[in-house]
Amino acid sequence: MAVVWIPALIRPLTDGKSQVEVTGENVREIVEALEALYPGVAARIVEDDRIRPGLSVAVDGAVGNKGLLEPVGPESEVHFVPAMTGG
Amino acid sequence: MAVTEKAMHATNGHTSPPASKPADGYTIIGSRPVRPDGVDKVTGRAIYGADVRLQGLLYGKVLRSPHAHARILSIDTSKAEALPGVKAVVTGADLPTAADKVEDLGESAINLKYLSANILAHDKALYHGHAIAAVAAVDSHTAEEAIGFIEVKYEVLPPVMTVDDAMADNAPILLDGLRTDEMGEMGSKPTNLAKHFRHQQGDLAAGFAAAEVVVERTFRTETVHQGYIEPHTGTAQYNTDGQVTIWASTQGTFAVRNQTSEILRIPVSQIKVIPTEIGGGFGGKINVYLEPVAVLLSKKAGGKPVKLVMSRTEVLQATGPTSGSNIRIKIGADANGKITAAHAELYYEAGAFPGSPVGAAANVVLAPYAIDNLQVDGYDIVVNRPRSAAYRAPGGTNAAYATESVLNEIAEKLGIDQAHIRLINGAKQGDRRPDGVQHTEPIGLLETVQAIAESDHYNTPLTGKYQGRGIACGYWNNWGGKSSATAVLNADGTVSLNEASTDIGGSRASIAMQFAEAVGIGYEQVKPRVGDTDSVAYNDVTGGSRTTFSTGMAAHNMGVEMLSQMKERLADVWEVDAVEYADGEFSGGDNHISFQEAAALIYKTGEPLMVSSTVFPRSFGPGFSTQLADVEVDPETGKVTILRYTIAQDVGRAIHPSYVEGQMQGGVVQGIGWALNEEYIYNEKGQLLNGSLLDYRMPTALDLPMIETILVEVPYPGHPYGVRGVGEVNIVPPAGAIANAVANAIGSRMFELPMSPARVLEAMKE
Repeated sequence: MAVVWIPALIRPLTDGKSQVEVTGENVREIVEALEALYPGVAARIVEDDRIRPGLSVAVDGAVGNKGLLEPVGPESEVHFVPAMTGG
Repeated sequence: MAVTEKAMHATNGHTSPPASKPADGYTIIGSRPVRPDGVDKVTGRAIYGADVRLQGLLYGKVLRSPHAHARILSIDTSKAEALPGVKAVVTGADLPTAADKVEDLGESAINLKYLSANILAHDKALYHGHAIAAVAAVDSHTAEEAIGFIEVKYEVLPPVMTVDDAMADNAPILLDGLRTDEMGEMGSKPTNLAKHFRHQQGDLAAGFAAAEVVVERTFRTETVHQGYIEPHTGTAQYNTDGQVTIWASTQGTFAVRNQTSEILRIPVSQIKVIPTEIGGGFGGKINVYLEPVAVLLSKKAGGKPVKLVMSRTEVLQATGPTSGSNIRIKIGADANGKITAAHAELYYEAGAFPGSPVGAAANVVLAPYAIDNLQVDGYDIVVNRPRSAAYRAPGGTNAAYATESVLNEIAEKLGIDQAHIRLINGAKQGDRRPDGVQHTEPIGLLETVQAIAESDHYNTPLTGKYQGRGIACGYWNNWGGKSSATAVLNADGTVSLNEASTDIGGSRASIAMQFAEAVGIGYEQVKPRVGDTDSVAYNDVTGGSRTTFSTGMAAHNMGVEMLSQMKERLADVWEVDAVEYADGEFSGGDNHISFQEAAALIYKTGEPLMVSSTVFPRSFGPGFSTQLADVEVDPETGKVTILRYTIAQDVGRAIHPSYVEGQMQGGVVQGIGWALNEEYIYNEKGQLLNGSLLDYRMPTALDLPMIETILVEVPYPGHPYGVRGVGEVNIVPPAGAIANAVANAIGSRMFELPMSPARVLEAMKE
């Protein structure tokens, strides 16, 4: 199963867990699986059927460019992190 | 790790130009050819934003708020409109109603309502210099006179100038609708705190409990400006058929198109943006300021083109700056110098609208080091200063200044060499960033520390009483982003390479070199040009240190494809099964011809040959830099002189080493200005007092020694040539390195930037 690192400010919704294992073939399915386990999580990550503006998703160390459609493998590590922009 | 010949020259003190020869295994990459835009620039023929001349051109001026915080009660433009020669006057009332919605416009996300209100104030002026109205007239003098006839009635409100002011109980509220966003949970009360987020790993309490030494400090950094040479300009023509053309000096033509489209509610298909040459940007020429105003004025003036050019004062008052900040940082280490825990709180001033670079800063602040137990809290706070813009590794310099200062204090307490403590703690492949994301590919932090530790500079003792030496490390994430390009094979064997990454630091050359390398032809056979938004597919901005990486990747892909298509075409003509290409010659059967002859043959025997490539890399290599500063402090005046400065940076693969060195030196110089002199100075009313380059003190060549460069090459495996972005990480360590050097020189540590002479004298009294 993929390991999702839960952002610190929404850990109150995951009983304080910083990492949760769920199954999903892309980020959308991962978020749906999280929501099924911990209601309320999806709304903190997704808005208008997209990753919330200002957030990025990193899968296996790479900040993906497909948003909710970013592929996730069975052993993947998934992070939701503030977006970084350059100058 | 590879260290380039130039680096050895530099550390040995040689000053002659290095030889222009390619890197091992390459024919083009690593050489130092002349840039294709060089002749036009040194002869004055290059066209910059202010050089645009059009038939019937009108000249615009902007009326700006004299107040930092004021409600706009009324604006009367009738007298200005009546002035002979005035063709149009616009205010915020002429802007379409913007949606209260956050949109991602390519490089950053912003609420469209705020984006619009920054162009022309809606109901409030939110900083000294905020645009209130604009005029277009037959000449600039008439336009200047006309804005003096615009009557604005304000209700002046108390200014909120710092994060402390903004977070105080009963602080005046800048934006009525603003609520604190805590990772998707919105606050219920009006506030100046736009956002709070947190990174957390491990057990912070246990980590500090295991520490032998704990140091906790609070730092303050002031607002600084990017300081590009060329002021902002914007020229636009609104045709009667609804088509808009914009001439812009910008880091991203498509960013200008997107923002103008959103602000003015014009479809992107009706906007064409033509890039001019650009006199520096450093992140400050991504946001639009003048272009939508020029479009509005042109439309109101019956379709005549309108040009707006900012003065330097307008540039400083109303564009660019990067955030001032308050940073509290606490680091614990065991007796061996290994960091056991770190906690950072970053309070960044966003300016008048949310969007400071605190998100990036939160990753930069501890990123050079492998730390098991950490917490980083970031706060994005609005204040009555200009809306902050990206500035070269946005947010990174402030953050690294705090971390690197505290790390040196720990090293001093433990009696550990300042380079050695960084080797003990330095991050490597497999370690995690502060946000938890793992470095799955090789990174070069430790190699840069080692390069500094082994440098001639580090092994040359200081000689004077008030001299000091400091080291600092820095990280920058870099970026991939979207790039597109096309390449056309000409009959004479040259290739026209069309891209849309505006060229700030020599990217036309570095992109052409990657194409030439992939094809196996000479650099001079490639003719790169930067096209407008109608001639090339979408490109993200030249920013985030992405252009040589991503657009170069597109160029490489095109080179491979062009070669493949040429082989197929020649195989058809020669009626052979396969064609080979080596050393500039195609061969198949008994046929042998040069690249130039092949181009002519293809031209004569079939359809023209053109290839294209679009890329959006999902991964990209981060950059690390370690820097070493020697300073001398004048005990009478407090002036800090940089005696010697060396930068080591992991550049992945240097495509054009001269331009890589230029980026490294440029970033250091900007960081030196930030460390020692640059700051926005406001009076108690929130009015900017130093709005000129006489009073806003940037370093000049007379202030600086030659910046010595060490190019460390840890190739990034995700790029065909191992390229990493090189434009930004170099500005991250300077303030920390210089702060450590000053502390070493005067025996007292300073906690505020800039370390100006007056502050240094104060510190020396302590």
